[in-house]
This record gives sequence, C-alpha cells and structure tokens, in this order.
Amino acid sequence: MLLLTQITVLITIFAGIIALLLQHWHRLAKFFSFALLGLSSCLTIFIGSKTLITQQTLTWQMVTAFPGLNWQFTLDPLAAFFLAIVGLIVLAITFYGPAYLRGYEKKRSITNMLLCTALFVAAMYLVLLASNVFSFLFAWELMSLSSYFLVIYLHENSVNRKAAFVYLLMAHASGLFILASFGILAKFSTNLDFISIHLAHLPTLWAHCAFILALIGFGMKAGIIPLHVWLPRAHPVAPSHISALMSGVMLKIAIYGLLRFVFSLLGTLYWQWGVTILIIGTVSALLGVLYALMQHDLKKLLAYHSIENIGIIFIGIGLAIIFMSTNHPVLAALGLVAALYHCLNHALFKSLLFLGAGVIQHQIHEQDLEKMGGLIHKMPHTALFFLIGCISISALPPFNGFVSEWLTYQTTLQAPMLSSGILRTLLPISAALLALTSALAATCFVKAYGAIFLGRPKTRQVRHAKDPTFSMVAAMGFLSLMCLVFGIFPVFTINLINSIPQQLLGTGLITTKNWLWLMPLTGNTTTYAPLLLCFGVLTIGGVVFWLVSCRPSNYAKKIKDAGYIPWGCGFGKIGATTQYTASAFAMPIRRVFKGVWAVTETLTKDNGNFEYNLITEDWSWRYFYEKLEKYLTFIARKIAYIQSGNVRIYLAYMFFTLLLLLWLVI
Amino acid sequence: MVGYMIWVFALLQTILFVAAAPLLSGLVKWLKCRLQNRRGSSILQPYRSLKKLFKKETIVANNASFIFHFTPYLIFTITILISATIPLIIANSPFTYIADIIVLIGLFALARFFLALSGLDIGTAFGGMGSSREMMLSSLAEPALLLAFFTLAMNAESTNLSTIIQHFITTKHLLFSPSLIFTALGFVIIAVAETGRIPIDNPDTHLELTMIHEAMILEYSGHHLALIEWASQIKFMIYCVLFVDLFFPFGLATSLTLNVIGISCLALLAKLFFLSFTLSIAEINLAKIRLFRAPYLLSFAFLLCLLGVLNHIILEVR
Amino acid sequence: MLKTLTKIFKVGIVTEPLFSDKTSTEFEKTGSICKKLIATKFSGSFAIRQIDAGSCNGCELEIHALNNPFYSIERFGIHFVASPRHADLLLVTGPVSRHMQAALITAYEATPNPKLVIAVGDCGACGGEFGCSYASCGAVSNVIPVNGIISGCPPTPTELLRGIINILTKK
Repeated sequence: MLLLTQITVLITIFAGIIALLLQHWHRLAKFFSFALLGLSSCLTIFIGSKTLITQQTLTWQMVTAFPGLNWQFTLDPLAAFFLAIVGLIVLAITFYGPAYLRGYEKKRSITNMLLCTALFVAAMYLVLLASNVFSFLFAWELMSLSSYFLVIYLHENSVNRKAAFVYLLMAHASGLFILASFGILAKFSTNLDFISIHLAHLPTLWAHCAFILALIGFGMKAGIIPLHVWLPRAHPVAPSHISALMSGVMLKIAIYGLLRFVFSLLGTLYWQWGVTILIIGTVSALLGVLYALMQHDLKKLLAYHSIENIGIIFIGIGLAIIFMSTNHPVLAALGLVAALYHCLNHALFKSLLFLGAGVIQHQIHEQDLEKMGGLIHKMPHTALFFLIGCISISALPPFNGFVSEWLTYQTTLQAPMLSSGILRTLLPISAALLALTSALAATCFVKAYGAIFLGRPKTRQVRHAKDPTFSMVAAMGFLSLMCLVFGIFPVFTINLINSIPQQLLGTGLITTKNWLWLMPLTGNTTTYAPLLLCFGVLTIGGVVFWLVSCRPSNYAKKIKDAGYIPWGCGFGKIGATTQYTASAFAMPIRRVFKGVWAVTETLTKDNGNFEYNLITEDWSWRYFYEKLEKYLTFIARKIAYIQSGNVRIYLAYMFFTLLLLLWLVI
Repeated sequence: MVGYMIWVFALLQTILFVAAAPLLSGLVKWLKCRLQNRRGSSILQPYRSLKKLFKKETIVANNASFIFHFTPYLIFTITILISATIPLIIANSPFTYIADIIVLIGLFALARFFLALSGLDIGTAFGGMGSSREMMLSSLAEPALLLAFFTLAMNAESTNLSTIIQHFITTKHLLFSPSLIFTALGFVIIAVAETGRIPIDNPDTHLELTMIHEAMILEYSGHHLALIEWASQIKFMIYCVLFVDLFFPFGLATSLTLNVIGISCLALLAKLFFLSFTLSIAEINLAKIRLFRAPYLLSFAFLLCLLGVLNHIILEVR
Repeated sequence: MLKTLTKIFKVGIVTEPLFSDKTSTEFEKTGSICKKLIATKFSGSFAIRQIDAGSCNGCELEIHALNNPFYSIERFGIHFVASPRHADLLLVTGPVSRHMQAALITAYEATPNPKLVIAVGDCGACGGEFGCSYASCGAVSNVIPVNGIISGCPPTPTELLRGIINILTKK
C-alpha cells in the first residue's frame, strides 16, 4: 500500500517529464502523458477507497540534506477521501483532455500544458499526503505555481494575463497567511510534523490568532466572500479541463487544509470559530449565487457557483465545530459528513458542468449566454449530461446534490440540542438562507440551461455545432453516472466517509447495514430512501406513459408529423429575438435583491438605434480591492524614492547599514 | 398481516388522492361561482375537462426538444409521488419513510425546474416570462416553507410527516402554542403563492402579461395539457391536505379499524369543505397584487415563519 | 368585507331564464340541449377562444356578457381560454382586417383537432358594413374555414348561445 502510494505520485510526476521528453512528437506526448495520469488516478481511487474501508494510517519519511527539513507523508482516512475525489476527477479529465487539446495543438505547443497539468496533479497529491509543515508548504507552493502556468496558457489576451496575475497574487497571499499560521503553531510545538503540533498546547489567544490566519489563508484559496475575487477572473480564462480541475478539486484541497488545520492541528475547538465559519459560509453561499444570477458569461457563472458551494461546505464545517465544541460529537460527525459529502458532490457536478462548458466553447467559440440557444438539437448528448449536472447542482432529488443538502438540513434541525439561545436561533436562520440559496441556484441553472440549449439559436455559429467526439462525451457521461450513483446509494458513501469523523472527532455516525434507507441518526425516524424514490418515479412514470400515450384515440395523431409553429400570440414570424434572454430571465431577481450588486444600467439612443448596457459588478472589487490597490501603489511609490539609480547613494546605504550593524553588535 | 395491510391502504389512499384532486378544484370553483351570485359549472366539471383533453389531438411545435415531451409525464409522476407521502386518512403511512418533508420540498422544486425549462423550450416570450416569474416567486417562498417545516420538525424531533402528525395528535395542546399559530399563518401565505391563487396569481386570467403559472403551459395541448392540469390540481390538494393535517390533525386514523377510518374520512371532508369555503371567500374579496409587490408578501410569510421558529426555540424548548 | 358578504347573500343567485325574451321557454330547452350536446361531443367541457379580427368590440361586449351572472354560460360546461392550443371553438369577430389576417390563420393552425370555427356578427358573417376592401378581407370564411355564422350587429347573448347550439347539432 505504501509502495503503491509512492508509485502513484512518481507516475504522476513522470507523466509531466515524459511530456518534456517527447515534446517534438506531441501526439505521442499527449497520449502517454494522459495515459499515465489516468493510471495514477485509477490507483489513487483504489488507494483512497481501500484506506477508507480499512481505516489504516501509513506514514513514511524522506530525509533531505537540510537539517530539520525532511519530507514526511501520512496517508490517513481524511487524506484518502480527498485523494479519491482528485482521482475521480482526473480520471474524467484523462478522457476529456486529449480530444480537447486537439483544438490547441495547431496554434501552440501543448508541452507546457501537459507538464504543468501533471505537476499540478502531483502537487495536489503531495499536499494531501504531507504531514509536516515543510512538505505541506512546498507542495502548496508547487500547486499554486503550476496552476498559474495553466491559467495563463492562453496568454495572448491581456484580460487573461491580468486575471492570471490576480490569481497568482492571491495564491501567494494565501500562502503567506498559511505560513504565518503554521509559524504560530511551530512556536509552541517541539517539532514541525503534524503529530507533535497536534499534541502541543496552545494558549487561547494564540489559538484564535492561528485560526484567523488559517481561515484567511485557506479561505482565500477556497474562495469565500470577500476573498473570492480571483475565482471569477481565473476560472473563465483557463482551458476548460483545467477550470474543472481547479474548481472541482483545488478548492477542495483548500477545504482539506482547513479541516486538517482546525480538527487535527489545533487541539481544542471553540464555538466562536464554528459560528464564524457558519456565518462566512452562509454569506458566501447567498452572495455567490446572487452574483452568479447576473452573469452572462457561462464560465464566470460556474465560477460564482463554486463560491456558493464552498459556502455550503463551510456551513457544514461550521456546524461540526459548533456541535463538537458544545459536546455533541455524534451531531458534529453528522455535520462533518454533510460537508465532506458535499465536497465529493461538488467536485463531480462542477467538473461535469465545466467540461460541458468546454465542449460548447469548442463547438461555437462563444462563452456568452446571450449568443447561444437551441443547442439541444445540435448536441443532444452534451445537453443531457449538462442537464444532469444542472439538476445535481440545484440540489434536486434523486441526484447527489440533494443528499448533502439533506444531511446539512438534518444537522441544523438538531439546534434545540444546544444550550445557548443565540446558537439555537442562528442555525435555523442559516438553514433558511441555505434554502434560499439552493432555490436561487435552481433559478440560475434554469436560466443558463434555457439560454444555452433551449429556444432558438441567437447567432449563426450555433448552426455548426455538433456533439463532440466519443471520449469527451464519455467523460461527461462518467461524471453524470457518478452523480446519479452517489445520489441513489448514499448509505454506502456515508459508510465510507464515516471513518473520517472517527479519526478527527473520535466518534462516527452509527452505521447500519441497510443500504436502502438513509437514517443518519438512530432514535429518530428521519429516513430517506432515494433508490425507492427513483424506482417509484420510474414505475409510476411508466404506468402513466403507457396509459396515456399508448391508448388509441380518435384524434391522437402521431405528434411528430406536421410542421407546427409555436404559438406566440400570432405575431408574425417568430425569430430568435422574441424569446427571453438570460438577462431578462434574471431581471425579477435583480429587482428584488437590488442592493447586492453594483449595477450600471445605461440606455443610449443613437439615430433611432437604442443601445442598452447592463454591467453588474462585485461590490468587494470596486470598494475594497481597488482601494487597497490604490493605497498600496501609493505607498509603494513613496518607498520607491529610495531606488534612485545612483550608485553613490547605494554605496552610502551600504556604508550606513554597516555602521548601524556594527553599533548594534558591539 | 397488519404490515401488509398498511401498504395496501397507503396505495389506496394515493389512488384516492389522485382521483379526488379535481373534485377539490371543482368545489372551490363552484363555491366561488355561488358567492358571485351565479350558477356556475358543476363540481364534477374538472373531470369532464380532463376527459375531453385526453381525447383531443396533441400538437407539439417543430422546435420542441425532449424536455417538452417528457415534462408533463415527469411533473405528473412527481406530484403523484408527493401525494403518496401525505397522510390523507391514516396518520401512519409507510410511504412517508421514503420521503420526508425536506424531500417534499426537493420534489416540488424538481417539478418546477422542469416546468420552467419546458416554458423556455419553445422560444416564445410568454414561456420565458412565466418561467422567470415562477422561479423568482418560488425562490422567495422556499426559505419560508423550510422554516415552517423546521418548526414542526423541531417540535416532533423528526422530519417524517407521520411522526410529526402523530406527535401533534397525541399532544393536542401544542397546536395552540404561539409558534404554531405563526407558522400556520406563514404556511397559508406560502401555500397561496405556490399553488398560484389570488392574491399572487389569478388562475382564471386570460391576460398573458398577468400570468405566472399559466404562461408556461400556453404551448401545451391535448394529453400533455391534461397531465399538467391534473398535476396542478393534485398540487393544490396537497397543500390543502398538508395544512389541515399539520395544523388541525384531529380525527386522523391512527389504527386500521373501520370506524376510526370512517371518522377520519368524515373529518377530512368537513375540514376540506371548510377550507375551500374560506379560500373562496378570500378569493372573491381580494385582488391580484402587482408582481413586484409579491416579494413583500413572501417576505412577510418568511418573517411569520421565522417568528414561529424563534418562538419555539426560545419559549418552548427547555 | 362584511359589506360584500351581506350584499352577496341579499342578492342571491340571479342566474335565471330570461323573462323579457319572448322565447324564454325555448331558451331553457335549448340550454339543456346545449348541455347534452357538449356532453356527448366534447365530454362535457367546451373551451372557447375568442379572436378579435378587427371588430368594433360590440360583439366582444356581448360575448363578455355570456360570462356574467345572468347568462352564466359556465353552467353548460363552456369556458373561455387564453390560448388556441387549449381551445375547441374559435369565436371570430369582426371583418378580418388585413393586419389580422396572418394572425388569424396562425391561430387557426395552432388549434388542435377536433375544432370548430364560428364567425360572429354581420362583419364576420359577410363583411357587414366594411365588406371586402383594401383594409379588410370581408367574411371570416374568406380566410379560414368556418363551421357556422351568427348574424346580428351585435348578436344578443341568447343568439350567441343559439348559434353555438346550431353548430353542435350540425356537427
């Protein structure tokens, strides 16, 4: 098992090296690189699931030349679960990638892309396996850097360069915060590995400081509001399978980091931390979905939805911390299971949606929702799988998104167990806001799906779209199937996840052998049987269909023959302009939630032609980040006065520094 | 023997639910006509409409996709499934263990999702308008509905509908607690919004610009339309039965003896008649409000449900 | 609200056969015949979509009167619908103006079978005062196939109902 893990990481790194070696024969490089990535992902899924079933923990160490800086890796259930998630998504990417990259092969070299993808995946594996501060931070930096190079792959466009720069800046800022928080932990522990840090005792104030720094650091990487501004800039400009990897997997690595830090490294939990995380999660979820509703760039919409789902995961984590710190470990386990299940679900359906967006972009070279339409007739398979992704992300039964939301609601329902009145009121309010979020997410995806696939084509290039190659469709099909499977068999999944609360909190949920009924808390009659629900839908649907459609009737002709035009109240020819656009669909929500966005709406008349412009922006970018940038530039410019360019002044600096140091030492 | 009987009874209950739904809509319409000083259609008129629609030709536009074809069946099936999980006559229906009240909200959301998509499918302006308005109003109604269900679930310590109802049957005094009164008021407003009655949406309107639910189904004809209309009648009955079951559960059968079931049927008829009468009086006295005033009404419902939850948590839990 | 309720209960049900009409007994009989015809031919529910193809709205007022508490056409199982997709009968008023010609044809084609068309009023029957000109197509039968006409300018609600019954008997 140990050897297998090491081999997996090495294979992944080798996948990158082989891309370098075979750079002149790019088809071969692509084939081997993706094949090795696929092999490593299969191994990862195997290792992950085996560790979750057997609940064993493995550790190994590699000594380097530097004293005190050795590499230490641990494979425990928490790491194994996230490894399995990474493996699943990388497996889908393996099928999707080669056909997708064919579009880029003619104009630019893909060696860089293949190398950095392999390094990115390897870095993610290393972050998950790392068990001392040095390896963790090294792998974290490698992950940020390799993903930067992936984001900036299409560097000709200046928008892409700016977006990648913001991403790099924030990734490094988050790295610094994490470093600072690890620094606080290192101060109080004997050694730098996670086990000794776990055993160290931190005074309360320092624990709060470390927690806040870690929350900012990991939260910036995960994309909570207001630290999210890099997400909607970086995810749209990256190639689609990289967006899928970043959105589906890298954000989960940040969640893993936070979980590891809070539950494993900081020994005692405080309920204030839980409340902070809960509030941040609720706000991120709600604002994320509201920002997403106003987007008409498909990938930006999906990026904002990632923010929303990270908010939902944070709600689960917050609940777990609240219940754990008030001595209800079983309920904390329920909250943690809900959060982890949502990690898995989000990885699956968000990757599916990004892969679908990539297919659309490839076929019609458009990202704007207002320029698509009617694609369901041109690419029926993509439309079907994208529909499954939309249903899953809107948390509708019987798919997987619903199960994790159901578990989160069940956790918040246990609020009366808490003794503090404030906490008891906070939990149902956050549950209500979570319900608002998921209803708005459904609205957003009706809008997105309707604008892309339904209705009539709005531009000419839609007419040339068709279903992509089998491998890309198969990748999306695989992820859709996983969405369905994890929605219908939740008990099986929860039995697997259960080892993680066992490890982190000391107890797990009481699992049953009954695979049909999901009953998270014994002594409570709350159950949910998604397989029976699915079975009921199919049976009743079949009976209804047979009774209604297959009976002969006087006037029931075969529906397909005549060329019936839609009924649009008799207004002449129905074209693409009479249908509802995506912005029009979201207009009622914009009026209801007016204060959330910075909206600039202009209507100019120019010789009888009207031009209507609607720009919705993030408040935090305009009023926080731009101001911050202005002040920092101002301060930097002031400091730049010391850089005069004159050699004599620099010599004078050196002389006076030397005098100062001599005076200090002597 | 009892275990087997209860499943058969639950199945019969579902069939009764589906068969009686048009009757309830017909009853409300008949009462409204009487209160408008005229002799209107008979109570059985919805059955006749459905029968005629099943016999009519079904026209589908040439640019419809599989979603248009498949939505009526899906909506009808989901509504039947939801009605299976509602205890109509017996309080302890085994189907409630498959789907609890949160799954109920999820299933309604799934039906609405597909109906909205089918409205957008054809590419006319009305469908998009109906979808957009329906999704906006239901997004605002959902948090209130969840909070209402939370109050009930926290009272009964379970989200299973049978458990909740049996808890209220055994502890009757709880029904007069302030949290339940607030929740009941909030639930009434939400039910009006979700079933599309006045003052949110006028079910008899012919003006497309004032339609919310109707606008999405302007394109459907024949048996598709019959299925969707029947599904909306079943949805109306689901909300009525939920209201009488959760807040006035007197008389629901807790065992399978014949006289208890008889009392339960009579009680159900009386409760539904009284509810229809109240609804008809409300509908003839109120007017449909402007679309963008509906969010205020729904936020008021949210506030009422929130007050219910806070009352329960602060005053009633030891 | 109390005032409304007391008024409702004081006024009572006003739907009655019309005394002022000379053929009132015939109306009662034809009313029940209408109901029976609809029960046999349309399973007891008859949906009408009214199309204004350029009329002066006189016929519309009379058609609208069919829905008031006095005539109350709903007791025969007839109701008005918004979309031709839901309709069994198209009640077309007015001489079809050229602007409404295409819309009328679209509405006719949008109606599923079995469908009926009635041209209401003298304008719809034969062009009335406007006739066939650069502005109007004249009779509705010049544009779409018509199953029956109801003459009158405007026809009273009783005549409208009799016209519907005639069509149903013919069919």
